[in-house]
Amino acid sequence: MTERPRLAVVGAGPAGLAGALAAAARGVDVTLVDAAGRPGGQFHRQPSPALGAPPRQGHTWERLRTGLDRHRVTHLTEHHVWCVQRDSMSFLVHALLGPAQDEGVSLRADAVLLATGGHEYVLPFPGWTLPGVITAGGAQAMLKGERVLPGRHVVVAGTGPLLLPVATGLAAAGAEVAALVESADPGAVPRRFPDLLVRPDKLAEGAGYAVRLLRHRVRILTRHTVVAAHGTDRLEAVTVAPLSPGGRSLRILCDTLAVGHGMLPGTDLAETLGCTLTGTAVRVDAEQRTDVPGAWAAGETTGIGGAALALAEGHIAGRSAAARLYGRTPDPAGWAPAARARSRLRRFFAAVDAVCAPPPGRAGSVPDDTVVCRCEEVTAGEVRTAVSTLGATDARSAKLLTRAGMGWCQGRMCGPAVAALTGCPLTPGRRPFARPVPLGVLAALPDPDAPAP
Amino acid sequence: MAKRLTCDVVVVGAGMVGAACAWYAARASLDVRVVDRGPVAGGTTGAGEGNLLVSDKGPGPELELALLSARLWAELADGLGAAVEYEPKGGLVIASTPAALSALTRFAAGQRAAGVTADPVGPDELRSLEPYLIPGVAGGVRYPQDAQVMPALAAAHLLRASGARVHTGRTVTGVLRAPDGTVRGVRTDHGDLHAPAVVNAAGTWGGDLAALARVRLPVLPRRGFVLVTEPLPRRVRHKVYAADYVADVASDSAALRSSPVVEGTAAGPVLIGATRERVGFDRSLSLPAVRALARGAIGLFPFLAGVRALRTYAGFRPYLPDHLPAIGPDPRAPGLFHACGHEGAGIGLATGTGRLIAQALTGKAPDMDLTPFRPERFDTEGGESA
Ligand SMILES: Cc1cc2nc3c(=O)[nH]c(=O)nc-3n(C[C@H](O)[C@H](O)[C@H](O)COP(=O)(O)OP(=O)(O)OC[C@H]3O[C@@H](n4cnc5c(N)ncnc54)[C@H](O)[C@@H]3O)c2cc1C
Ligand SMILES: Cc1cc2nc3c(=O)[nH]c(=O)nc-3n(C[C@H](O)[C@H](O)[C@H](O)COP(=O)(O)OP(=O)(O)OC[C@H]3O[C@@H](n4cnc5c(N)ncnc54)[C@H](O)[C@@H]3O)c2cc1C
Repeated sequence: MTERPRLAVVGAGPAGLAGALAAAARGVDVTLVDAAGRPGGQFHRQPSPALGAPPRQGHTWERLRTGLDRHRVTHLTEHHVWCVQRDSMSFLVHALLGPAQDEGVSLRADAVLLATGGHEYVLPFPGWTLPGVITAGGAQAMLKGERVLPGRHVVVAGTGPLLLPVATGLAAAGAEVAALVESADPGAVPRRFPDLLVRPDKLAEGAGYAVRLLRHRVRILTRHTVVAAHGTDRLEAVTVAPLSPGGRSLRILCDTLAVGHGMLPGTDLAETLGCTLTGTAVRVDAEQRTDVPGAWAAGETTGIGGAALALAEGHIAGRSAAARLYGRTPDPAGWAPAARARSRLRRFFAAVDAVCAPPPGRAGSVPDDTVVCRCEEVTAGEVRTAVSTLGATDARSAKLLTRAGMGWCQGRMCGPAVAALTGCPLTPGRRPFARPVPLGVLAALPDPDAPAP
Repeated sequence: MAKRLTCDVVVVGAGMVGAACAWYAARASLDVRVVDRGPVAGGTTGAGEGNLLVSDKGPGPELELALLSARLWAELADGLGAAVEYEPKGGLVIASTPAALSALTRFAAGQRAAGVTADPVGPDELRSLEPYLIPGVAGGVRYPQDAQVMPALAAAHLLRASGARVHTGRTVTGVLRAPDGTVRGVRTDHGDLHAPAVVNAAGTWGGDLAALARVRLPVLPRRGFVLVTEPLPRRVRHKVYAADYVADVASDSAALRSSPVVEGTAAGPVLIGATRERVGFDRSLSLPAVRALARGAIGLFPFLAGVRALRTYAGFRPYLPDHLPAIGPDPRAPGLFHACGHEGAGIGLATGTGRLIAQALTGKAPDMDLTPFRPERFDTEGGESA
């Protein structure tokens, strides 16, 4: 009997779902592994069933969800993968179970598709650690997943394409959105028109959000940034300053600030597996293969670009993996539409990225007493001292000399700020464990000297 | 042609050993410059732990250097102690079985004869010294001279306090030699530094630096992994390790040896380290290594089974075939001094090494005999080729 080849897909967001379906439809035995309790990832985040709310609708989502059942994809929920390991023949996916994450489980696969998405980051400013300051993605998650408003009077701030849907969603759900503060310069958009117009629908989507915000009477401040959050026990107001010279700062009352400066690819699993990165993203070829044989990657782990791009990449990865697992060379003509969408979306988001780059120098200029690493409570001044008098010249040595990035989040949040303060480019931090692992789980790993089962 | 000298000494390497050399040389009134291709503490110093141990060393030159170094560390701690997280917390070596205990007892007797304070501790007293220790062990030995620093901070603060000029981001690409062979300084990717003395404190890369001066020093890497847990309230009070660790350190095996030294740090996390493997410069995560560390640590402190490891990291200890460092002048290249190859003890041995190098640089009688550390010893005695 020939067994079906096994593909483990890590991440059940658009990329992982599309990849799982594409491979399963072609005869591969697919196991989809995700930390969340429900499929969907960031974009198709589903309301908690405990709320009894109707599930989100939508054609794409419907297709993905029903596909999971139809193609008998094994979906392991609440599996937090902390390491993917490759041995001579195959892969071992090591996960921690349930919300408690105390217990370990390992599953074997002949190939893996890493679709772990990305994470948001926030560049620090005075007061950013006050209760009431949350990430834009966090606000979105509360709204989509828990159906709760993070606050009544909200300021949405930072930069990037996420801010528009977040502000719109909050306004539509009944929050008073006091302002949308975007540091990007709309004047930079026309220069990028040739690239942006490859996806007029996306451009229209953005415009649509803007129109809805105006209808909700949300004030949109571009080329502005939040320079301070105020409050004693929790957030009471923010100070917003113009980035162009000459303008006036203003103080806006609010109980919630939803802030985000962009997303970074989640590359921990891929890096530990030995995949080469380009900049901060996993490097893949036209078939979405990494340079580790048997390992594919898709979605935001290979670069930030939204749900539609993640879907296209996942689809291609799944088809390529299926063909290769059966020993065939895939025919790219079969996924030509997805490839076309992929190249257009990559071009579109490269242009968006260029427009929405956080203002240069901003993160490097926060006051000395501002905490940059909240896990270890390291201030900007301490990082500056490590650079000016202790001989730190990069993020790693700054971390060694200040502890910035050594805490729970392992620098996922403060990495960009520490890099900016050190004056060096952001490099992905080496994180061999994608999740904190109980020592008991490490100790119970299979004995490397025992014969393989 | 006489070149204008940049300084009296160029120290290559801004790790713990280079920092200590710079400190003691500067105190001997020498004008010192330190060059490193990376940041301060970017080499093995930033990838290991900061145990200052006498407990793991048997009688011999390394122990003598460790005792000298321990005294010097205590002296330094007077001014820099808090900044470098110096903690004279003492070590506790555990023997789980009666057989291990009798081996440990013999080992400790030899150490005592060499000047180490080593106090036998019975099972009951062990439990009061370390309340979370696994019950039922045969006994142990307490070493009050064992201490701890945070290595990266120690290197950085010592360098700063030395007043030496530090050139980070500058790679040494050549060692300048006069026609008669004497060393005249170093060539770097940002120009030459002229000096009558050059100290090779390039750690694991010390063999490459020696090669630039056309002398052989077979320094090789020995990989080690360390596990770092989430921050905890103090539950592990000493440096605690199992007695079989002592055997591992002297081991010549290329295979993985685990030797879990378990210690709480000032900042809260418990450090568990370190494995010893000879696998070249392979940095990729080894699950067998971290598994072995976790098993060893839980074997000593069962409560650790439920504690989370936040991260693990690897470093490459610089070792020489006879497991002793190279310290002192190189007769094959007059003006070149070596201070490298300290293997798993370079933090602890840095102070003594720095002092001995400063004495050699200024022509003073050394505090201890340098013969066992002669850099040219592998030319006559053979040894692995680099
Ligand atoms: C606030 C917000 C608003 C957005 N709005 C839009 C929008 O309007 N339009 C748009 O196109 N895009 C939007 N996006 C972007 C969109 O959500 C992403 O582009 C898309 O979800 C990326 O898909 P993905 O499959 O790569 O990753 P994700 O959707 O992020 O999925 C990754 C999955 O991997 C899982 N995972 C990660 N690590 C592990 C691990 N170690 N073990 C187990 N599971 C793991 C996660 O649980 C998650 O389910 C928004 C994103 C955010 C944060
Ligand atoms: C896992 C692990 C645990 C350890 N635990 C302990 C412990 O508990 N106690 C202890 O005492 N020791 C311990 N050690 C050993 C200790 O870390 C080393 O012995 C010590 O750091 C060596 O210091 P160094 O200054 O010689 O080398 P390094 O810190 O490596 O410094 C050498 C420097 O030279 C620079 N360099 C090299 N070549 C050039 C060049 N051509 N030009 C310019 N610069 C150059 C490098 O960039 C580097 O910064 C451990 C090691 C490991 C790996």
